Amino acid sequence: MSWSSSNYLCLSSSSSVTQFSRCKLPCESEGQRGKCQDLNRATNISAYNSLKPPSFKLDKGQRRNDHVLKKPRNISAYYSLKPPPYKFDALEPYMSKRTLEVHWGEHHRGYVESLNKYLGKDDILYGYTLDELIRVTYNNGNPLPEYNVAAQVWNHDFFWESMQPGGGNLPILGLLEQIEKDFGSFSNFREEFIETALTLFGSGWVWLVLKRNEKRLAIATTTNAVTPLVWDDIPLLSLDMWEHSYYLDYKNDKARYVNVFMDHLVSWNAALARMARAQSFVNLGEPKIPVA
Amino acid sequence: MALRALTNVKTLGRLRHQQIRGLQTFTLPDLSYDYGALEPAISGEIMQLHHQKHHQTYITNYNKALEQLDDAIAKGDASTAVKLQSAINFNGGGHVNHSIFWKNLAPTREGGGEPPHGSLGWAIDQHFGSMEKLVAKMNAEGAAVQGSGWVWLAVDKELKRLVVETTANQDPLVTKGASLVPLVGIDVWEHAYYLQYKNVRPDYLKNIWKVINWKYASEVYEKECP
Repeated sequence: MSWSSSNYLCLSSSSSVTQFSRCKLPCESEGQRGKCQDLNRATNISAYNSLKPPSFKLDKGQRRNDHVLKKPRNISAYYSLKPPPYKFDALEPYMSKRTLEVHWGEHHRGYVESLNKYLGKDDILYGYTLDELIRVTYNNGNPLPEYNVAAQVWNHDFFWESMQPGGGNLPILGLLEQIEKDFGSFSNFREEFIETALTLFGSGWVWLVLKRNEKRLAIATTTNAVTPLVWDDIPLLSLDMWEHSYYLDYKNDKARYVNVFMDHLVSWNAALARMARAQSFVNLGEPKIPVA
Repeated sequence: MALRALTNVKTLGRLRHQQIRGLQTFTLPDLSYDYGALEPAISGEIMQLHHQKHHQTYITNYNKALEQLDDAIAKGDASTAVKLQSAINFNGGGHVNHSIFWKNLAPTREGGGEPPHGSLGWAIDQHFGSMEKLVAKMNAEGAAVQGSGWVWLAVDKELKRLVVETTANQDPLVTKGASLVPLVGIDVWEHAYYLQYKNVRPDYLKNIWKVINWKYASEVYEKECP
């Protein structure tokens, strides 16, 4: 089960004559033909299919090789840098325009560019969606070098969408009910979230996740670039506790940053939407079956 | 923007240890130079925040954790005592590491950046080939640290060898080897350079060598490897 990536997988072509051969899908190279069932991989295959076969006549003695395109095409796919869903100064005075410019424009952009560079080097990871890429490169706790950049791209996309101008206040509807059910009250949750954020050592993230197995909400922390996706949990909100996220605005005053996030920045709308979607995958509570 | 310290830093903080109920508490050690003395490699603003806020926070939390540990031990509360270990590790490590860091830095006019002569200089040439190669290696490793951590030049006092190591968060160097003694440590937490260098950690690493105090490193080295 994978979440559809909120990142744009872009395809580009450049004119240079090259022999084209389809990249080996990872499941094929492991000799597991017939187990390639992931529909998401269709994205890059359909890109190849949409190319028109050569239309020129073959000369005598020439063989048509369908897998060799004579028309110049060099397909490469890359990840794009997605902008936050608001203007840079929309979060003032809680998160300054300067922070967004540096955090998004330099950190996030740097991660995206490193990711594209890594993917450009080796075909093995070609064809995954970002979510799958994170899971695969996490390698069950022994992350490959691509893991950090891929996960940070995803994390930052998620983070920008977890905030909104005029955020804060209380969650509504089902999310509020679920929070009250799992934490007792919203203020309990808020206190626990803030305390967790302040007791995190080093760089990391604080998450509100929906735990798939336990079917409940929980607060999770991860270090560096780890994300709850690798444990197959469903994140609803995130807060970046890397120092670069708050240093320009708050210097070392983490407590103020976290409080401001909870009071003015957090987007409960986004969390609600994510939770509604999560409920397609996780049953929260028993369905009410009417008795005839 | 740099803030110049108007008062001599030596008047801030006291070096004596206080005894409260037999428990030793720690205080912020003085810097032997002004906050602005390391410019332009490290700005005065960063030095002031780093010393007065970050290091002080580590010390405060370390003292608090020690007090709680003392209580827990006195009461025989094993689970609390064990739970406090991570806080002691982190905050105590932060205090130890930063105390070494301040001694590792010196203003240019007091010898900062001047390469070591004597046995340390010779050992560097022997183990790494040249000073430039050592700097390149440490810069590469420092830039590669994910998240927060430190990069160290250390001497293995048993094997009498110089090594370059990195540690995560505030882990003390001994977690990488019980016989490692730190000579030069560079803080690559973002708070150490962000206000000045933003996310360009390699620039920070390149410039910090201009204010590294090799005299102190040589002293430590000569003590371990006479």
